[in-house]
Amino acid sequence: MDELVLARSLFGTTMAFHIIFATLGVGIPLMILVAEIMYQRTNDLDYSVMAKRWTKAFAVLLGVGIPTGTIAGVQLSLLWPGFMEVIGRVMALPFQIEIYAFFIEALFMSIYVYAANRIAPWMRIISLILVAIGGLASAVLITNVHAFEGTPAGFNIVDGEITNVDPWKAFFNPSFFVTAGHVALSAYVVGSFTIASVAAFKMLRTPFGSRVYKFHGKALMICLFVGGVFAFFTAINGHESAQMLHEYQPEKLAAAEGLFETQTHAPLAIGGFTDREEQEVKWGIEIPWALSFLAGNSFDTEVIGLNDFPEEYWPPLFVHTLFNAMVAIGSLLILLALVAYVWKKLLKKDRYPKWMMWLFVAGGPLSILAIEFGWIFACTGRQPWTIYRILSTEDSVTTTGNIAVLFILFVTVYAILAVAVVLVLLYYFKRNPPQKDLDKTESKEIPLST
Amino acid sequence: MTQVLIAITILWGFVFIYAVMATMDFGAGFWSMLYINHDKTKATNIANRYLSPTWEVTNTFIVALVVAVYSLFPGAAYSLGTVLLVPGSMILLLLAIRSAFLVFSHVADDYRKPLTYITGITGLLIPGLLISVLPISHGPYIDFEDGQTLLLGKLFTSPHEYAFFGFAVASTLFLSSLLLADYSKASREFEAYKVYRRDAMIIGPISVLMAFLIMVTMKNEANWIYERMMEDVTILLISLFGFLVAGAALFLPTNKEGMKGMPRVAVVAVTFQYVLASYVYGNAHLPYIIYPEVTIQSGFTDPNSFRAVFITYIVGFIILFPGFVYFWSLFMKDKRYLQQKN
Repeated sequence: MDELVLARSLFGTTMAFHIIFATLGVGIPLMILVAEIMYQRTNDLDYSVMAKRWTKAFAVLLGVGIPTGTIAGVQLSLLWPGFMEVIGRVMALPFQIEIYAFFIEALFMSIYVYAANRIAPWMRIISLILVAIGGLASAVLITNVHAFEGTPAGFNIVDGEITNVDPWKAFFNPSFFVTAGHVALSAYVVGSFTIASVAAFKMLRTPFGSRVYKFHGKALMICLFVGGVFAFFTAINGHESAQMLHEYQPEKLAAAEGLFETQTHAPLAIGGFTDREEQEVKWGIEIPWALSFLAGNSFDTEVIGLNDFPEEYWPPLFVHTLFNAMVAIGSLLILLALVAYVWKKLLKKDRYPKWMMWLFVAGGPLSILAIEFGWIFACTGRQPWTIYRILSTEDSVTTTGNIAVLFILFVTVYAILAVAVVLVLLYYFKRNPPQKDLDKTESKEIPLST
Repeated sequence: MTQVLIAITILWGFVFIYAVMATMDFGAGFWSMLYINHDKTKATNIANRYLSPTWEVTNTFIVALVVAVYSLFPGAAYSLGTVLLVPGSMILLLLAIRSAFLVFSHVADDYRKPLTYITGITGLLIPGLLISVLPISHGPYIDFEDGQTLLLGKLFTSPHEYAFFGFAVASTLFLSSLLLADYSKASREFEAYKVYRRDAMIIGPISVLMAFLIMVTMKNEANWIYERMMEDVTILLISLFGFLVAGAALFLPTNKEGMKGMPRVAVVAVTFQYVLASYVYGNAHLPYIIYPEVTIQSGFTDPNSFRAVFITYIVGFIILFPGFVYFWSLFMKDKRYLQQKN
């Protein structure tokens, strides 16, 4: 393999691993906050126990999320020095502001966990809100760099020199809000559906109607509610993202949809695999005219096909399948939350059938798969560029060798961390089952740190 | 001051703050490992009490530092990124293991010992590798002819590199034992205080010896910076004086509970010592970021970007300062936290 492929594989692996923890790190604090607020409103101790247990899980996940985030941040300079030289000159602001968000999150996370029993309840809520805001802002700001890569703004290149730098124009590049919004909203989907998975799984393992069953039942309900609402918003925002691609990165949209010929009344291909030779999507379902309508709100919209671009600038065509898988999972999650709501509130059933419970269990892992697909689509769909039509990936990569060895080392460490984090979580929650926390809470107020 | 000098001063500030916080952090991890079987002295408890709430904040500083390098000196970031691929990756790998296992060791009680050992040992290697950036920036281990390549063999057989490595490890243990001595005193843990005070008194002289070793090897391997540091020899002597003050402060008066010394004075004196020494070093290093190819002028960012980033530093500081004060008051001053019964 050449060094470029190795560097991309290494950085891709880092990101693929980091985003699981980063996304949960944004999503779970919101659920803790929801549980804390539910507790303050209903005085139901179960919610306080939930907040405590989720905080513990969150703290353990941060143990991997923070160092892998550090790796991602430093690896950018180590593997892509050419890229970071441009980013440093033009797009330093989001990284810089992200640091402040990161500080706020770190400071108040420690305060919430280690000083919980020494601060007032309202201060606990404030700390938690600041942790949630810090996490959200970090995600939004880092995604902004990704947005800039797709829709660069705020500078000119004259004879290879960067001039006319306007850092705020770069910061508010055209796709900032849509792209960052997508990441933020989907993080809340992942956080809530992941907790819902655990709750549903535990309910399957606990006798119906028991104390612990009811505890998990409440958790499942608030998670499905929050998850469903945010899954819906993510879908709306996803539609805007596609329209943004239509306007700014037409070849990426064309690759996502497997469209080769420029046309009005373009059909929408759902599912299947793009065939480069025959220039069509195989095994997919075609909905006539739909793509034109989605791209520009009218059937007359002309959607540009891949054949209008030189083939060396085509993104890899497998992104069509990734894109569809992401959309399919997102839609399934909305449906899942909707069905759960109808079942419980409208039909007033007291329990879900087993198959539905297993679907809830699948929801968390599926939502994580969806963000993986989404990120791979977003980043490989931009190829061969790191900064769209300005800097190629080839010109960004490091000239140093040794990447193969480093790749093996990093993958090994990620594997160790992945196994360790799962074992630690299982160990802790096996040692501290909900019953234990519920008993403790009912006998006296417990500090969150123990 | 010109923009470039402001920028390099900010960077130096970050390096210094991170260096101090990181030595505390990694050192506390090491002491927590060393005294894990000494239940009586509470030395491990003290180390953990400091470490638990602070490691995340400390870790944030290393990211802040890296971000400051590439937003203030993107040109230098290019060369640094290229040259540091291997040592930088080693640091990242160790850091990942260390942070994760530190968190795990507090959650998985039955496996606390092995996890703490991994944390303690990796934590001691990291400062040694981190400081290697300095000898690398002195130039002799980089081949500028064929792109920019780091001559790993030459670096890791050089006494200069090992002088820095040893200095980092010794300083880590020295500063952290001193701080933990102070922290134990504030927590009224007499036994732990005695342990850390003794450690500080043993390792302090070793760290100064290592600093001399750096100067000796520097004279041979990077004479340009040695000559320039010697121009400020008076400040270096004042710095050494700070060390003597710290030593004296550990011996001096015994308070009414029988605790010998004034560790707070020692901490301040030693911080002062390191500020002066690192100022002389940094000043001698200018204008080079990597000698002789990259200077602060050649690596500097676009002036518009600098202005925008500088404004965010001011705004960020105003927003974060109360947060830091609150954090400090909860974990460094609050008697309910310091004097808790474990």
